[in-house]
Amino acid sequence: MSTIQSIAGENEQHPDVALVDRVRAGDVSAYDTLVRKYERQIFRIAQHITQNREDAEDVMQDAFLKAYEKLDQFQGNSKFYTWLVRIAVNESLMRLRKRRSGRMVSIDEDLETEEGSVPRDLADWAPDPEQNYNQAELAEILRKTIQGLPQGFRVVFALRDVEGLSTEETAETLGLSVPAVKSRLLRARLQLRERLSRYFRKKTAPAVPAGNGVEQ
Amino acid sequence: MTCTEFLALLDESIDDSIAAPIRADIEQHMHKCGHCEVVFNTTLKTIEIYRSHEIYDLPEDVRERLHAAILAKCKKGCK
Repeated sequence: MSTIQSIAGENEQHPDVALVDRVRAGDVSAYDTLVRKYERQIFRIAQHITQNREDAEDVMQDAFLKAYEKLDQFQGNSKFYTWLVRIAVNESLMRLRKRRSGRMVSIDEDLETEEGSVPRDLADWAPDPEQNYNQAELAEILRKTIQGLPQGFRVVFALRDVEGLSTEETAETLGLSVPAVKSRLLRARLQLRERLSRYFRKKTAPAVPAGNGVEQ
Repeated sequence: MTCTEFLALLDESIDDSIAAPIRADIEQHMHKCGHCEVVFNTTLKTIEIYRSHEIYDLPEDVRERLHAAILAKCKKGCK
């Protein structure tokens, strides 16, 4: 059974492979399709790493241009999307390095924290807690909360839980081991949960003053 | 199962990548321990909220501008 599944899996071709083949044959419109398919994800990832809108726009543009330039190096043994994400992560780190006057920037920064590794806030949340905020307030809460995470946790959470990469793809993309990704993912999830509890817990005793949706 | 053991299996439980007998132990533990049930449900909700809300929106005009710039350079061979 597993052999049959394995053979079937090998014969299945991801739709991106055909698009990549067309680009290699000189069809720029096929690249247009790939850009449209992944531009929002690449922009979000760049935002998560650089935390700067202007940098994220530049990273998105540079990542797609670099991917186009290096398309001959794409072997097809990983998905085009994960290959593209790896380029975007590297471009984002380079952009951060420029901002920090050439100082090396690593995905491992700022991990010396035990915060959130053991849950402290055990209050239950209101049902559908996001309904208590309008869309702009909620987006601001979510942005500020995730921006407060150490970079090495934030990026793992963004790739694995928001952008839908597997644990193995996340590890490969970031140059981390699978156990390292798992450890960071757990701590990222717990820290975010802990921080969001301030906004989303049941309002038996108001934790946030009325009308103040966002922590400064 | 202790709360510490539960916490060590939290990610696998959330990702549903856990063997059925262990899953049964986890469910039994949550049935008895309200705190762990809260941690499980609110962690799951955390992920769902981040997945379902766009926090870094790319405005259409910016998207089109970047898109046009990428394709213009690609047509020239990205040099």
